[in-house]
Amino acid sequence: MLEIKNLNVSLEEEEKQILKGVDLTVEAGKVHAIMGPNGSGKSTLSYVLAGRDGYEVTDGSATLDGTDLLDLEPEERAAEGLFLAFQYPVEIPGVGNMTFLRTAVNAQRKARGEEELNAAEFLKLVRAKAASLKIDADMLKRPVNVGFSGGEKKRNEILQMAMLEPKMCILDETDSGLDVDAMKLVAEGVNALRDEGRAFLVITHYQRLLDHIKPDVVHIMADGRIVKTGGPELALEVEENGYGDILAAVA
Amino acid sequence: MTAMEKLQVKDGVDQETVDAVRSVGERYKYGFETEIEMEYAPKGLNEDIVRLISEKNGEPDWMTEWRLGAYRRWTQMQEPEWAMVHYPKIDFQDQYYYAQPASMAKEKPKSLDEVDPELLATYEKLGIPLKEQMILAGVEGAGDAAAEGRKVAVDAVFDSVSVGTTFKEELAKAGVIFCSISEAVREHPELVKKYLGTVVPVSDNFYATLNSAVFSDGSFVYVPPGVRCPMELSTYFRINAENTGQFERTLIIADKGSYVSYLEGCTAPMRDTNQLHAAVVELVALEDAEIKYSTVQNWYPGDENGKGGIYNFVTKRADCRGDRSKVMWTQVETGSAVTWKYPSCILRGEESQGEFYSIAIANNMQQADTGTKMVHLGKNTRSRIVSKGISAGKAQNTYRGLVSMHPKAKNSRNYTQCDSLLIGDKCGAHTVPYIECKNNSSRVEHEATTSKVDDDQLFYCRQRGMDEEEAVALVVNGFCKDVLQALPMEFAMEAQKLVAISLEGSVG
Repeated sequence: MLEIKNLNVSLEEEEKQILKGVDLTVEAGKVHAIMGPNGSGKSTLSYVLAGRDGYEVTDGSATLDGTDLLDLEPEERAAEGLFLAFQYPVEIPGVGNMTFLRTAVNAQRKARGEEELNAAEFLKLVRAKAASLKIDADMLKRPVNVGFSGGEKKRNEILQMAMLEPKMCILDETDSGLDVDAMKLVAEGVNALRDEGRAFLVITHYQRLLDHIKPDVVHIMADGRIVKTGGPELALEVEENGYGDILAAVA
Repeated sequence: MTAMEKLQVKDGVDQETVDAVRSVGERYKYGFETEIEMEYAPKGLNEDIVRLISEKNGEPDWMTEWRLGAYRRWTQMQEPEWAMVHYPKIDFQDQYYYAQPASMAKEKPKSLDEVDPELLATYEKLGIPLKEQMILAGVEGAGDAAAEGRKVAVDAVFDSVSVGTTFKEELAKAGVIFCSISEAVREHPELVKKYLGTVVPVSDNFYATLNSAVFSDGSFVYVPPGVRCPMELSTYFRINAENTGQFERTLIIADKGSYVSYLEGCTAPMRDTNQLHAAVVELVALEDAEIKYSTVQNWYPGDENGKGGIYNFVTKRADCRGDRSKVMWTQVETGSAVTWKYPSCILRGEESQGEFYSIAIANNMQQADTGTKMVHLGKNTRSRIVSKGISAGKAQNTYRGLVSMHPKAKNSRNYTQCDSLLIGDKCGAHTVPYIECKNNSSRVEHEATTSKVDDDQLFYCRQRGMDEEEAVALVVNGFCKDVLQALPMEFAMEAQKLVAISLEGSVG
């Protein structure tokens, strides 16, 4: 589904290379995790895939089901089915959460040539999805992420994901700032979306999220490269010994 | 687009905004010109022109004299220069001061059926349901079946002349007078004499004095004591003819214990030359009366390079003359090349209230200097100001506001909130509050913020599938929410679309 080949990325403003040849293939129906120390380029990878400004791709490619992502605008990538759950969800004052969701859902439907949802259809859908994430009606009415707790923000990201039904979901440190209960809720939301036709890329520092969202494949990223790939046991190894041993072994 | 089409969406009104951005191909969709034979008075301004205008309107002598007095006064006055707007010197002798559709010159039409169909077509294009059968239906209640159609009475002014007023009979039943001001001068001279120029005196300022001399038409409303006006009243102003100034005059009187909500909409064709608009609006609220006055101003703003557009110099003032009277101004200013406008409240009656809600959007080369004056004269008076200024392109947007607490205005309160939003790095936002407090029991609060449309917000919206213009429209509409909520529903939707349209091309 997602194929990244020899991806090299620098910052636009300064000549600093962040990604130094990332190769990664995520198959449909699978959950891949990327772990790595701070500054290894994990978040950059997610931003570059989503099309954020400020990065320059100097080499390599990234495709989603054969479509070249790097040529597309962020909204076109979204319509292709790429979703990024933000590490720091952005606040939009004055814009109701529901309005935001509906605008987003219908923008994507329109871009794909599908019929837009009317108010009633949308309301029914959002209420059902929100209930499963324990998001109450009040949270749907409040402005997007404004005054939300850390847990609410992350649940809101998962709600957006559930509404948009993307093919390829990237979760960027979705566990940061969450207590155990909130993490469980978020993980349940993600697990409920696991599906043969959908793939996940879970970026995290810690093993604990992976106790709840069981990955098929675990990658270790360091200094802009994927340095080691293995099964779920690799995450446990990191948990026990830190990154030091692994990095020393591949160096 | 007809009025009916835009009334479907309720819950997600923002969706409308989004659709508007997509569907409106051209920048300024009201930029068409109606080909219609016009009759002009000769260019320039002198006593003969003033007399001619008065004569065309069939005015009595006292009105002619009133105008001439204003004209003589005007010749002694200087154009004000204190506002933060720059434009080439206006040659007031190079303007037409009177233009009217030729079909109306000979004999005024007796009913709308006699009005030139071209004119009616123009208004239809503007989405104005001038014909009575095209009742501007009400917005359906949330999820419920369409509620009983909410009616809006319309007075339409084309260049200098009022072309028709709808729902007159129904209003008359309630005792409400709603007609063009020229008609009011003829039919209700006692009311006009009593109130005209009492809120904005003839000598008030350069543009108001000019207006007093040459105003050609406008709307007049009188709501008798204890009457709640049964429908919204609305005026649409349209400048069509080239090199024509539009000087309309609006006078609204809400007698004791009455209520009226009044909407004003404005458009003009796209022209390379600048057009002058200098209106005067006077509101009088007597004891326990309430007036809501909403404006969506969408005059042609000029092109990206600042060529063309309307110069909008407007004096709007409300006199809360009676105790416990209340006036609420709501304005959405998206158009005009230059805007100079300060809808104000004189809070004379005890416990009277004034409110001002404003959205001013300036894009490209537009300049807006707008705000309000709240003059507290009576005891226990209250005022509230919420101003949202949005600047994009190379535009300059200034909020200028005066809050004045006079010695007798004991225990009065004002709250002012002034927020500015910048899009891009070549525009400017300025806030100039003047506060005078001459007693020690009153309280004045002022809060101001300036922010930028954040790249992170835009990226977040785009990652969810919205394109850049949808994203900007969404963020800006969120910023304006407090004010949009103060508008009547039909206007709120129109305003949201306008916000989107007027910011097209402001990013990227």
